[in-house]
Amino acid sequence: MFGLKDDWELDVPDRYFSLEDYEGGTARWCPGCGDLAVLTAVQRICRDEQLPPERTVCVSGIGCSSRFPHYMKTYGFHGLHGRALPVACGIKSRRPELKIFVATGDGDCCSIGAGHWVHAVRYNMDMVVMLFDNAIYGLTKKQTSPTTPIGLSTNTHPRGAWLPPLNPVAATLGFANVSFVAQTVDWNPAHLYATLKVAYDHKGLSFVRILQRCPTYTKDVFTELQKDPSQLLLLTGGDSPTLDAQSAKMFPNQQAHDSRDLEAARRVADQTAPLPIGVLFRDPARPCYEDFTTVGLGMSPADKLKGLEREFDKFAV
Amino acid sequence: MSTTTTEAARARPSAAPRRVAEHIVEIVSDSGEGAQKAGQTYGAVSAKMGNGVWTVEIIPAEIKPPARSRAGASGIRVRVGSEAVTNTGDEADLVVALNEQVLYGRIEQKAYRPGTIVLLENKWATDPRDDVREAYAKALGEFRALGLDVREVPLEEACQKVAQDVRVGKNMFVLGMLCYITSRDLDKAFEEVAFVFKKKGEQVIRKNQDLIRAGHAFGAETLELRYEIPPRKVDRAQLVLNGNQATALGVMAAGIEMVAMYPITPATSVSHHLAGAFQNVGGVVHQAEDEIAAMGFAVGASYAGKTACTVTSGPGLALKTEFLGLAVMAEVPLVMVLVQRGGPSTGLPTKVEQGDLLASLYGQPGDTPKIVIAPATIEECLHFVVTARKLAEAFRTPVMLLTDANLATGVQPIPRPEVDADWLSPPLDQTPWQKGVTAYDWDEDTGLSPRPIPGQAGGEYVLTGLAHTRLAKVAYDPHSNQTGCAMRSRKLAVLRESLKPPVVNGDRHGDLLVVGWGSTLGSIEEAVARARKDGLSVSSLHLRFLSPLEPGLKEIFRRFRQVMTIEINYSDAVDAPHTGEHRRIAQLAQVLRTHTLMDIDCWSNVAGQPIAPRAIHDELVRRLQKNGGNR
Ligand SMILES: Cc1ncc(C[n+]2csc(CCOP(=O)(O)OP(=O)(O)O)c2C)c(N)n1
Ligand code: SF4
Ligand SMILES: [Mg+2]
Repeated sequence: MFGLKDDWELDVPDRYFSLEDYEGGTARWCPGCGDLAVLTAVQRICRDEQLPPERTVCVSGIGCSSRFPHYMKTYGFHGLHGRALPVACGIKSRRPELKIFVATGDGDCCSIGAGHWVHAVRYNMDMVVMLFDNAIYGLTKKQTSPTTPIGLSTNTHPRGAWLPPLNPVAATLGFANVSFVAQTVDWNPAHLYATLKVAYDHKGLSFVRILQRCPTYTKDVFTELQKDPSQLLLLTGGDSPTLDAQSAKMFPNQQAHDSRDLEAARRVADQTAPLPIGVLFRDPARPCYEDFTTVGLGMSPADKLKGLEREFDKFAV
Repeated sequence: MSTTTTEAARARPSAAPRRVAEHIVEIVSDSGEGAQKAGQTYGAVSAKMGNGVWTVEIIPAEIKPPARSRAGASGIRVRVGSEAVTNTGDEADLVVALNEQVLYGRIEQKAYRPGTIVLLENKWATDPRDDVREAYAKALGEFRALGLDVREVPLEEACQKVAQDVRVGKNMFVLGMLCYITSRDLDKAFEEVAFVFKKKGEQVIRKNQDLIRAGHAFGAETLELRYEIPPRKVDRAQLVLNGNQATALGVMAAGIEMVAMYPITPATSVSHHLAGAFQNVGGVVHQAEDEIAAMGFAVGASYAGKTACTVTSGPGLALKTEFLGLAVMAEVPLVMVLVQRGGPSTGLPTKVEQGDLLASLYGQPGDTPKIVIAPATIEECLHFVVTARKLAEAFRTPVMLLTDANLATGVQPIPRPEVDADWLSPPLDQTPWQKGVTAYDWDEDTGLSPRPIPGQAGGEYVLTGLAHTRLAKVAYDPHSNQTGCAMRSRKLAVLRESLKPPVVNGDRHGDLLVVGWGSTLGSIEEAVARARKDGLSVSSLHLRFLSPLEPGLKEIFRRFRQVMTIEINYSDAVDAPHTGEHRRIAQLAQVLRTHTLMDIDCWSNVAGQPIAPRAIHDELVRRLQKNGGNR
């Protein structure tokens, strides 16, 4: 019916995917935009994990960063502003085998989509959620976002943002059933890749805040952090990625952190100078919602019919 | 008289029951007295006997209204007929009232007529509280002045003889009494009670059966009141259910796998029913954090190749609007059930209205052609979900299914559906996508295109709500959006061509044609039948497809001198000040005017009540006497 055929398992033993197999056309972000680094990191993970493009779905909302799926050669869903997470969860709910990457901006996730953010973390469905935090609304041209630093001049607050910014990692660590929170920066490819990789390996919702440069609208926000690595605090040990010696050497400030300790994670998350990067928290034992939503998946039509007749019986006179 | 023994009652020659073609009974009480359970059982017994039945609950405005309050009327109405019953009917023939105050609320809703028999609990006459006794006496006088045939009965006193706790037992006693009055089959009542209380054990079942028996005997001993409503022959097995239960069964029969929802009256009970049953047919209910998320979840599941559905009511529709637009734009198949309630805003959550037609058709920004259908009966609530799912997939589009609070809560026997395995969801297509076929490979002539599903190698595309080309690539050029919109519009045109013109109920020409949609079918057809019997030249037509509209309407309308819609939504009164020819008219009338360029009138209200056949009949008479008599 409707042109749908029987279940058919992919059975091609010797497919090898190169980076090109994940490259979906020229990205049209501004020169120097941090989004590109994230795209490259994700493409590398797909390649290293040999994810079949047809079983990988990139889901996003609306914003510069939400253009992400268009530049991947996987399946993609570029939906509504703020609503990437419900869509991603819906996809996962009955297709648990699909690998999902979510791209969402600081406005997309922490403002218009904030309700979904709280609940998607609680649903804890297996996916990588990348918060592209450029501290601004990029696509709509420089309006204040929930993460805009206080005092920064924007088109909606030309005399400077009035309120202190929201801390996305601290907030996420306050949500029920949180299972993975990490922080990284777009300008350190080794740390970015390694962090996204542990996020990918975690089963559950891996929330990764990526400080993302927007040379067009928030040119100076991350300059100091970028120029002076001592303003970053490299978390080591626990679930944090281990960098190769040379990459690690770039961080004068390092701290061993027990990412299984939620209280410790919350303390570290609150810290902004130096800004912690690495895995703040991970609990692999938290329940995943897809373990419930997949109930009855694959039930045969014959069994469905039987079940249905039994349901009819309940109303029979 | 309550001292008469059962034996004596049996010995007493009972008068032959009066044969009637139909009978409407109400049980009204404070909430929590079990009136609804008694009425539902009475309805089920009648359905089992082969009668036509329509049951509807009387729901108080508040969750826990104070006892003996006018607004607290809780209960049930059961209309039983020899033929199929399609609506709640006009005024009740018989009312059992457990206190007098609750009757006021129903009187205000015009539920009774002079001559309606009221069996009124009389314990209040001797209540220790002065104010209660006075209120009771006063009400008695007022009811009688209205022409109600009030008969005081010692229900509680009689019930006390068999039950330790009358507060929980009286409803079954009343059921037994009603079974006597309308000659219901007692064994069927016992069976039904055994079924209803199955989980509570033998002892509870027996206790309730004793109460029924006692109520029956009480009726025989004390009431000079007996009817017979001969049943018809039913040849097919029946299900007794309400519209929301039918919708839930429809969801399961349609092979839908995922219902994402957020609780909202009067839609919620669809998901209540599914929550228990769905996994037995391989489906799951997701209670989302809000309606936006519910819709997004369903859209996501559908994008991933699963059959998905969302269920909501007016305020939820408002929130789902943006996703609905996306589903149209990106051609995501989806079934969206809208159980309409009174609006605008939070409106009348538990009451009926057909006020969301225009919001459904046009409520999203931009041009958003989609399929909108409206079941007119409880049986159609079930079957239309199956249709909706097929249409959604065949036309790669969201399908809205509009029911309302009247269908949602009305209980009726329907023929047990014979389910086709074909209805159930087919396994996912995971075969490689055909080379050379694009993600939106629109057939220029029909607008139709096949849909790639994640897992299909070679079909990778990015679904986007931005204007896009056949390749699903974002495109801002002047040509692409025009093409996309045209393709999506064309699908509806193609669907319309495949539909049959609606069938006229009555003569195919005449003085007046009444056009309706949704839950008003039963009342309209009953009123039209009566009017035709009176010699009036009136016919009716009921639309199931609202988008696209069924074909041939103009040709049908031309054969009538007047065409009017009857709807449960707002229109200015004809004589409303400041309106004149700018009078705002009912929603379907607006749609039909646009569609046919004909002068279509309307008659509608937003009283929150199903429109009774008598009210429609009166309006038909008024219209035809005013305009139609001078041919
Ligand atoms: C419902 C809705 N409201 C507003 C917009 C306009 N809009 C598009 S993107 C955006 C903000 C984007 O900021 P962010 O999420 O931080 O993403 P960035 O562009 O910075 O990557 C807004 C307000 C929209 N598309 N939809
Ligand atoms: S505006 Fe900023 S975020 Fe958007 S593409 Fe340009 S640099 Fe990147
Ligand atoms: Mg941003």
